[in-house]
Amino acid sequence: MSMFAAAIIGVVVTMAMALLRALMGPTIYDRILAVNTFGTVTVLAISIFGFLMGRPEFLDIALIYALINFAGTIAVLKFLRYGDLGRASAEPDEDI
Amino acid sequence: MEGILNIILLGGMAVTAIAIAKMRNLFVVTMLSGIYSLLSAGIFVLLDAVDVAFTEAAVGAGITTVLFLSTLILVGREAKPRQFRMQAILPFLLVLAVGAGLIFASLDPNMPRFGDPNSPANQRLAPEFLADSVPQVGNEAPTRVGIPNIVTTTLASYRGYDTLGEVVVIFTAGIAVLILLGAARRRREDEELEGPETGAKPEPPKEDSRMADASKEAPGS
Repeated sequence: MSMFAAAIIGVVVTMAMALLRALMGPTIYDRILAVNTFGTVTVLAISIFGFLMGRPEFLDIALIYALINFAGTIAVLKFLRYGDLGRASAEPDEDI
Repeated sequence: MEGILNIILLGGMAVTAIAIAKMRNLFVVTMLSGIYSLLSAGIFVLLDAVDVAFTEAAVGAGITTVLFLSTLILVGREAKPRQFRMQAILPFLLVLAVGAGLIFASLDPNMPRFGDPNSPANQRLAPEFLADSVPQVGNEAPTRVGIPNIVTTTLASYRGYDTLGEVVVIFTAGIAVLILLGAARRRREDEELEGPETGAKPEPPKEDSRMADASKEAPGS
């Protein structure tokens, strides 16, 4: 039990640091990375909290969180790269 | 432990909300609102409402981010700088007064404690729902609903028809929006193909030329 408590303290500290980076973060990529990290850490926090409360079925919820987090980040990066979300496969760029 | 986590998550939400109000870069605001939503999902998990937390993460951090981004494509990334106006003082003072009054009213010793099981609001239906959801101590017989989480019981069983109605409404609205947007986009593509040919424009592929022919056959569409 104390192991889970220590783990959740570490996760909360990581959350705070990711939040700070999202608030300060000089470039946009710092903030994107911070949000993505925050999502991952939320997944960890939910699963650890499930074990801490003796209800490991929270793990399923955490798994679905991980999938959603991925989709959001993809949308953000696509917006930055192409300035548009609608195109399924944009025309190939010259520099790739 | 739970109280400390609650305070940390709520504090993070407050910091994020103030930052969202202060920021002028709308892209950063979108990112921060995703974080805000994840923090509130964490609070819902602490409240043992995993279904609500899951919805919050899916809608708040997932779909809303995408919707905000597609709006940003149309309106640009920077908000206009807001200048201070003297007229804004009066509403601010009014809001402060009302908020202070509400906090003062909640300090009344006759008010039930937050989450008090003996408060009048928790006397009528809550014991029945609890008995139907959570197994009684010393009695391992399955309950009527059979879901160990009380929030899931209420949302998925007692409010099942309500949720079904919501889903139907949102699904209908989504289909209507898709039809409207899809029609507008098809018309725009047709007009682009019919427009005057410029040298720089690449030759349209085969399917597109067929679509253009079809639209030429039906003028006024």
